[in-house]
Amino acid sequence: MKGLLRYAITRILLTIPMLFILLTIVFLVLRVMPGDPVSAMLGAHAPEKVIEQKKEELGLNKPIIVQYVNYLGQLARFDLGNSMVLKQRVSKPILEKLPATIELTLWGLFFTLLIGIPLGAYAANKRRTGRDFTIRLYGNIAYCIPVYWMGLMLQLIFGVWLKWLPVSGRTNPRMLSSAFSKTGFYLIDTLLAGNIRAFGDVAVHLLLPSLTLGIVLSGIFVRLTRANMLDVLKSDYILAARARGVSEKLVVYKHGLKNAFIPILTMLGLQFAMLLAGAVLTETTFSWPGMGRLLMERIYLRDYPTVQGVIVVFALMVSVISLLVDLLYAAIDPRVKY
Amino acid sequence: MEKIDKTDKMTVPGGRYSPASLFSGFIKKISKAHKTYGVEWWIMIAGIAIVLFMIFMAFFPYLLAPFGPENQSTGPQLAAPSAAHPFGTDNLQRDVLSRVIYGSRTILGVAFAAAFLSSIIGIPLGLISGYAGGIFDRILSLIMDSIYSFPGLILAIAFAAMLGPGVINITLAVSVIYIPTYFRLVRGQVLTLKEELYVEAARSIGAGDSSILFKYIFPNVIATVAIVFSLNIADAIMTEAALSYIGLGLPAGIPDWGMDISIGKSFLPSGVWWMITFPGLAIILLALGFTMLGEGLSEILNPRLLEK
Repeated sequence: MKGLLRYAITRILLTIPMLFILLTIVFLVLRVMPGDPVSAMLGAHAPEKVIEQKKEELGLNKPIIVQYVNYLGQLARFDLGNSMVLKQRVSKPILEKLPATIELTLWGLFFTLLIGIPLGAYAANKRRTGRDFTIRLYGNIAYCIPVYWMGLMLQLIFGVWLKWLPVSGRTNPRMLSSAFSKTGFYLIDTLLAGNIRAFGDVAVHLLLPSLTLGIVLSGIFVRLTRANMLDVLKSDYILAARARGVSEKLVVYKHGLKNAFIPILTMLGLQFAMLLAGAVLTETTFSWPGMGRLLMERIYLRDYPTVQGVIVVFALMVSVISLLVDLLYAAIDPRVKY
Repeated sequence: MEKIDKTDKMTVPGGRYSPASLFSGFIKKISKAHKTYGVEWWIMIAGIAIVLFMIFMAFFPYLLAPFGPENQSTGPQLAAPSAAHPFGTDNLQRDVLSRVIYGSRTILGVAFAAAFLSSIIGIPLGLISGYAGGIFDRILSLIMDSIYSFPGLILAIAFAAMLGPGVINITLAVSVIYIPTYFRLVRGQVLTLKEELYVEAARSIGAGDSSILFKYIFPNVIATVAIVFSLNIADAIMTEAALSYIGLGLPAGIPDWGMDISIGKSFLPSGVWWMITFPGLAIILLALGFTMLGEGLSEILNPRLLEK
């Protein structure tokens, strides 16, 4: 336990430089690269004086190093600044949209694991048979499917042709918004409000986007699970379990899968980054009012402080998730000692 | 000093490697492999076939396409696939098949250039960082790991948004996010290779650092780099298509699969499926070709994987 605590502290301390580097990269990309956000926003024909004034207002006329220090100082106070286009704090739209993205990502992850892990485990068990190759081919194809294309195909089949499922937004616009005002996680909000009809509506809207993410990302998990299961199935305790006469199903899916899960978990941190990237594209495709759509909207409006804020929040999420995954890994695998 | 250099070339195993011999050895190994590796061999061959076909399409689109990519008088507007237009026509009466064929130029060009750019930056950095070690290696690794952990597409979106549309800009945006892939791979290999006996032997006869690095270590990294390069192109294809789908890639007028899908998106509610289906299938096929090539290579060049 003491070792675990020490590991946790070291790992948390290691997150700080990583986050610092990510924030620096965001700053470099958005401020130092050619292209001046103010002229870009006001247009090339704006009078010099107006541009200077706007720059003054945003602190963009100071030396780059001063801007950098100010930027880090602001972030340290959890302040993302003001929007350049709309009269609002950058944090306002972000806090509104963040739950939508988290809800989508979590359900996407759920479908990813639901499809990927059983298929991967089955393929490993039937190693080098026709079924194994079919599943591996599925994994490879799924990995190569553009997530927005998958989304559009599902929209076409279930929305346009069959007319079973809605293809855009988080709810039916006619639903009363009073049911969704507590946490921003609509599934939880509607349950808290006791509104079963609204809950059903939200679930139905969530289905296609999260299934889209699930199908596309399951490809990686098929491969990961299969590879790890093959390693596990070669180990002595599997042989021992077989020798004791434990049924084949139990050996593979209980003893085997349980142990294959640990290395899969370590990969979850990196996969989460892919999930977020996939969510950005899924949101644009399904008009899902989340962080990805906010990012794209503000890029078109050339609202750089908000663009920067959204990317900073993504960086925070990635760092925190990878920290949590590592801590969880250390907690459940006693072999990890630092 | 001169004498040592001579022996170095003649007797130490590292000295044998010249680009030509390396390449022919590579080809020999692969062409012999079909006896040992049944399915993996065919996966790789299928990958090569797809890739070569797409490259042919990119170089000679006019041999295959029935119409020009921007020809707006090919037939009716939004016509469903038929004998005259196997992939249908779009909202501007352009032939979708021809646009798919011409679109291969853009995506292949950008993906190749981006993967090439990231590799020529990532590989030397990885070689030097892994070999030199110390504080320089620590810092560089931390930076690369941080970029690697961040969602690549989001970083590419930020780059592309700042640079503005254009073929060169999108190539830069895509290439930046894959530098850490090469860096991490090469650095990891160098860390093991520099402890090898033959490296120690080379050092003991007086080979300098740069000679050890480029003549003894680098040739042993090439095989793995080839695998990753192929897989990386598949990723770069997906990223390019995604950027142009969300409208950050290319100026109008260049046929591009991702952009065509985003145009087709507005006609989907009225049941126009052909405008998005075919460019999408082309993306999948192209990415799949490079993935299969990379996977096949990795099974053959890295036989340890076959034990599984």
